[in-house]
Amino acid sequence: MMSNKNVFFNPFSKDNPVIVQILGICSVLAVTAKLEPAIVMGLSVIAVLAFSNVIISLIRKTIPTNIRIIVQLVVVAALVVIVSQLLQAYAYNVSKQLSVFIGLIITNCILMGRLEAFAMANRPWPSFLDGIGNGIGYAIILVIVGFFRELLGSGSLFGIKVVPQCLYDLGYSDNGLMILPPMALIVVACIIWVHRSYNKDLQDKQ
Amino acid sequence: MNRHGNIYTIIYIVVLVTVVGATLAFTSISLKDKQRVNADADKMRQILASVNIISEKKDILNDYEKYIIDSYIIDNTGKRLDIEVKAFDVNVAKQSKELQDKRLLPIYECRLDDGSLKYIVPMYGAGLWGPIWGYISVDADGSTIYGAYFAHQSETPGLGAEIENEYFGSRFIGKRIIKNHTFTPVAVVKNGKKPMGNQEYVDGISGATITSKGVSSMIENCLTPYAGFLESLSVE
Repeated sequence: MMSNKNVFFNPFSKDNPVIVQILGICSVLAVTAKLEPAIVMGLSVIAVLAFSNVIISLIRKTIPTNIRIIVQLVVVAALVVIVSQLLQAYAYNVSKQLSVFIGLIITNCILMGRLEAFAMANRPWPSFLDGIGNGIGYAIILVIVGFFRELLGSGSLFGIKVVPQCLYDLGYSDNGLMILPPMALIVVACIIWVHRSYNKDLQDKQ
Repeated sequence: MNRHGNIYTIIYIVVLVTVVGATLAFTSISLKDKQRVNADADKMRQILASVNIISEKKDILNDYEKYIIDSYIIDNTGKRLDIEVKAFDVNVAKQSKELQDKRLLPIYECRLDDGSLKYIVPMYGAGLWGPIWGYISVDADGSTIYGAYFAHQSETPGLGAEIENEYFGSRFIGKRIIKNHTFTPVAVVKNGKKPMGNQEYVDGISGATITSKGVSSMIENCLTPYAGFLESLSVE
């Protein structure tokens, strides 16, 4: 049995949902063209993951095993709709940018993975920590990818120009390819490369 | 109770769905007003953007009331309709798909700081991946475009999505849509090309041919029903 500390901190690096388990890649490609939606998406996933983990963990002993996936989906879908409604009410511009991707949290593999693998077998408090931990692990990657894509693709961070005009005058230009989804995949691959070379035990044994 | 029995499963799912349904209904009802205010404010921001007024979030409502002095609905002969619906609440998306003589056509009248009068017309059409829409403002004589604002739901970032940027909208400024008392819409064409006839035109976005064409046909589809109204302005 893992200690609560490990449950919380492992997903940050050694057991990261995106770069080690390779889950939730789809939304990483979609929402990371700019930093701001990446952060909001990260926060939304943290919230949905933590609460769905707790709810499923609380009712885990009552769930009929033959419909447990449906029950998990209903809980996740309900939480996602609530988050989406809250964003429309309190962060309208961001909700416009994220548009369908908030709805797609429902099908984010990280959620189903954590519910099935952890919350169904653990008490609410560790499940809550597991949800927060995995959510943060996902959000870290989103923010790193969003940082590089916005910086190199639009020359800005949070929509504010950071690449000085004199560089453009010297012939530098923003890389439009960075804004397109395929570059997110390449940035994620670079992160995995750096991460594996620091964590030798994650490398495949030849 | 037997947790593997069918009855348990059915009761369980009915209770679960009822609880979830009630929660969602409650969330939706309690947040509806706030969402509506946001959506309206965003629409007002877009309308003001078409007369080149960029408002801070907190000033939008005040600015809208200050500059937009009147709004009403006309039909395609230019006659003002006397109906209950407010111009602001007209669903432009739905109207743009109706036959031209059946449409409800909203008009916003805007009085700028320098006292000049502009008419603002809403538009709605299709881009490459999803809907695009916008607002175009014309001078008081109905013949020259004063400003334009475009928006999109899901065009490609860096390509079609560029129509949202100010530089694209500003290409329309000063284009004449009424020549010799006849209405001709502005066309969006590939860089370096010209449309047939003596239509005025602007350059499209390189690499976003379909979105550019979408803007062009949106302008034609949504502005043409206003021809009667605009021509009558130029005669006066």
